Amino acid sequence: MEPRLQLTGVTKRFTMHLQGGVRLPVVAGVEFAVAAGECVALAGPSGAGKSSVLKMIFGNYRCDAGQILVQHDGEPVDVARADARAILELRRTTVGYVSQFLRAVPRVAAIDVVAEPLLAAGVGREIARARAGDLLARLDVPERLWALPPATFSGGEQQRVNIARGFLPDLPILLLDEPTASLDAANRTIVMDLINEKKKCGTAIASIVHDDDVRAHTADRVIDITRFAANSACSGEVDTGSPIRTCARDVR
Amino acid sequence: MSAPDAPLLLAEGLTKYYGRQLGCRDVSFSLYPGEVLAVVGESGSGKTTLLQLLSTQLLPSAGCVRYRMRDGVTRDLADLSEAERRFLFRTDWGYVHQDAALGLRMNVSAGANVGERLMAVGWRHYGRIRGTAVQWLDRVEIDPDRIDDPPLVYSGGMRQRLQIARNLVTQPRLVFMDEPTGGLDVSVQARLLDLLRGLVTELGLAAVIVTHDLAVARLLSHRIMVMKGGEVIEQGLTDQVLDDPREPYTQLLVSSILPA
Repeated sequence: MEPRLQLTGVTKRFTMHLQGGVRLPVVAGVEFAVAAGECVALAGPSGAGKSSVLKMIFGNYRCDAGQILVQHDGEPVDVARADARAILELRRTTVGYVSQFLRAVPRVAAIDVVAEPLLAAGVGREIARARAGDLLARLDVPERLWALPPATFSGGEQQRVNIARGFLPDLPILLLDEPTASLDAANRTIVMDLINEKKKCGTAIASIVHDDDVRAHTADRVIDITRFAANSACSGEVDTGSPIRTCARDVR
Repeated sequence: MSAPDAPLLLAEGLTKYYGRQLGCRDVSFSLYPGEVLAVVGESGSGKTTLLQLLSTQLLPSAGCVRYRMRDGVTRDLADLSEAERRFLFRTDWGYVHQDAALGLRMNVSAGANVGERLMAVGWRHYGRIRGTAVQWLDRVEIDPDRIDDPPLVYSGGMRQRLQIARNLVTQPRLVFMDEPTGGLDVSVQARLLDLLRGLVTELGLAAVIVTHDLAVARLLSHRIMVMKGGEVIEQGLTDQVLDDPREPYTQLLVSSILPA
């Protein structure tokens, strides 16, 4: 069977023009595939390029070389070469992503933040909000918070809103970037259950998880990203997040 | 890929010289229904020239703009008659100015400002015009009790919201916006942005938004074009260009934002 997601020769480097054109190699020749119903965990120390790989699959970072094939409506689409419209279409119908941080939009209520991907996929507002509420309840986000914008929530609450948003639509591929990092044990268990339910439904998952317990309970395979270090002298220097944006994390 | 498959607006090789001075050079793109394109760059980069070329307020020195009319036929805008162009402006297009005074009649009531666009497309029934105006004021969060006040006595944020209501009441398919949040204070900006974001999604509007504010571009647009010295130097998916900027100038823009 065709894998849902297949990376071949994927290479990423940043050229930082403001620092005299320093080139920061991130990864080179990344190869792996994820089948339907499978969860693959990307492993490696902080700075190995795990998040960059997920961001390339989501089309958030450009891919300098190689192929990122995603099964979309039964056809393979190469994200590395897809144009903006094609990537937006993939995000609507095929690839979901739970980032490390919630990018909160001012004035939008938590429940609408969560429901938005369903609305974008054409689900009616009432149904979308009802399903968003169910998932928020399951993730133990108190109902009195649902109507509030999440910008003022605690880190753990924001992360659960973010998880709900990512898990609500049934997309064939799901990318998870440390979804359990700031959660307590009870909530971690809930998220593990959600991941395993997605797998049962046939979702292909690529995840970054630092918690050994979570990894052991969700991942079918582990890919060591350090195998694809672009340049061992430099790769350790790249921090999570785009180095170019170090002072611009909160652009909203 | 499934999606509405014919572009609404096409720019091909758009170039404008003011005498020997370059306005913008060789700009090409296509805009699809429901798509929001942000044009960013500093003052003098050619953003506003481009917007005026697209909306036929300026004639290009070279290149052309095509638009898919409501009957489905794509026409070169330079070939339209003056009457056809005016009709587009009154119905199918909106134009939101940075300075609301340019887009509103400051001395007539808010209701008349909204109603005028409806009358221009043939509405005659006073009660229905007023009813629709009330609905739109409410939609842009202006208390309908203020319907008889002229925008002269409105705050800057209210004027901008009224301008949006006036533009959207005829259900245009394409809206041009020139620095829609410029000159407003931050809390007023946030409210306006949120409102615009909601309306754009709900009505499936296509929009070209000129802004020097990357936060506005990030919040509202799907795609972004970065202009410098009259040329497009980088374009693509908004979050990709802002999170992984490639050109030196784009990197400078992105890294110049002060953290909140």
